[in-house]
Amino acid sequence: MEILKNAFAGTMESSDAYVEIMPGDGNIEIQLESVVKEQFGKEIEEAIKDVLEENEVKSANIRVVDRGALECVIRARVETAILRGKGNE
Amino acid sequence: MNKIVKSIKEAILLSNLKDGMTISFHHHLRNGDYVLNMVMDEIAAMGIKDLTVNASSLFDAHMPLAGHIKNGVVTTVQTDYIAAGLGREFSEGIMKNPVQFRTHGGRPADISTGKTPIDVAFIAAPAADPMGNCSGKYGKSACGSMGYAFADAMFAKKTVVITDNLVEYPLQDYSISEDYIDYVAVVDAIGDPKGIVSGTTKITRDPVGLVMAANAAKVIEASGLLKDGFSFQTGAGGASLAAAKFLKDIMLQKGICGSFGLGGITGYMVDMLKAGCFKNLLDVQCFDLDAVESIKNDPRHMEISSMQYASPASRSAVVNSLDVVILGATEIDTDFNVNVHTDSNGYIMGGSGGHSDTAAGAKLSMIIAPMMRARLPIVTDRVTCVSTPGKDIDVLVTQGGIAVNPKNAELRQRLKDAKLPIIDIEELKAKTEKITGTPRKIPKGDKVVAEVICRGGGVLDRIYNVK
Repeated sequence: MEILKNAFAGTMESSDAYVEIMPGDGNIEIQLESVVKEQFGKEIEEAIKDVLEENEVKSANIRVVDRGALECVIRARVETAILRGKGNE
Repeated sequence: MNKIVKSIKEAILLSNLKDGMTISFHHHLRNGDYVLNMVMDEIAAMGIKDLTVNASSLFDAHMPLAGHIKNGVVTTVQTDYIAAGLGREFSEGIMKNPVQFRTHGGRPADISTGKTPIDVAFIAAPAADPMGNCSGKYGKSACGSMGYAFADAMFAKKTVVITDNLVEYPLQDYSISEDYIDYVAVVDAIGDPKGIVSGTTKITRDPVGLVMAANAAKVIEASGLLKDGFSFQTGAGGASLAAAKFLKDIMLQKGICGSFGLGGITGYMVDMLKAGCFKNLLDVQCFDLDAVESIKNDPRHMEISSMQYASPASRSAVVNSLDVVILGATEIDTDFNVNVHTDSNGYIMGGSGGHSDTAAGAKLSMIIAPMMRARLPIVTDRVTCVSTPGKDIDVLVTQGGIAVNPKNAELRQRLKDAKLPIIDIEELKAKTEKITGTPRKIPKGDKVVAEVICRGGGVLDRIYNVK
């Protein structure tokens, strides 16, 4: 799936995550801020990469501001951002 | 005899405050307090250094204290609670000596027995007369009870009353009497009323909080303690207040008349008094306007000192007559130790206050907390800081089940008989981590920034800096 435009999903509420996705220049760049980075940073990055892969996104800049969201929430927010960024919405 | 001084500066001069001495403050003006900052600014301007500040609690309104620490005016801090903004400064290591955390009972115990003597106490008084009789109930800066200030006034070598409401002698219905007071300073304002008392504290509307609160009330109902003469304390957190509301409904429905409600008092406890759930309220601190109005007007709502509230050095303390207390936690471990001093990243953001005192005294000590906050499980292997030892905690109520401390087999059986959803605390931890994942441990710093002193004396735990 190709990211054609800037898109976002989620909120900055506690226990949610805010995700921004932008067209990339050939590779994946992930920028992560999280209130639980020490405790869950690796898992969150894995989850983001996982969703990008599942959706066959190969080029994107993605910024995630995590406010302590559960993994299922992070996955859902990233997926929504991807779907909004592909240009059909 | 004239006790009125021209300024705070004159009071400091007359009190003979010198380098290395100890001064004290009480926290009834909470986040609206001006007095601590006014006094500290004068002291700093006078060039006095190396002081110990003994304050019953410190709020973010007291952020300028960090500057006085960095400049060497203050080198030791003794307190029962530090709010998150100022707590962060301590956690980042601004002070060489560790903060000494005590409890609301341990502090007056150590003051009254001379372990932590006070040279000059500063009493913020919403009303005072020229001889220093003072009260928290009257005036534009009214805060209600002045319970934490009694020990300071009674045991300090010199006591200064600072008021913005000087009334004719004698002030009727005073809290602290003139025989303890050396000087009276009049200022324009001792605090910002908006920060002193909150409006009506609201109960939670969060469905998770309501489930926990309903379960908490059911635990009390099933405990065997809820009968005529029942006594109760609860915190001002949303879920604790909701639990009080559910408890009130049960008490009214069953026609139970309790003996007393204790604590920091909120409008919800006042409502319970008015509805006939209790005969009295015993109040060491008012949290909201309804509580201030009630303590002023209703003789059943009585002020108590922190010594009477919780001091282990007193001949008796109210906490030892308490049936049930509902308390909060930032973390609780599988041995039921509770942390209320730091957040899960190790930053100081609170303190025991009366947590350990009431937990030690009450027949049933209940922790109410959600299974997780912002992905971090409440139940851990080992809390970041032991604020209250697990031996004093009976039960943990979460939305995912009720965990009873194995030391209280009778309670476990009672809750089982009442068909409440009990769960082993290890199981609760596993159930939560299945949803959140298992958090990696935060590395500890290498410098002790605070010591948690047990209410009976001795160091209970140490808090390290955050890297």
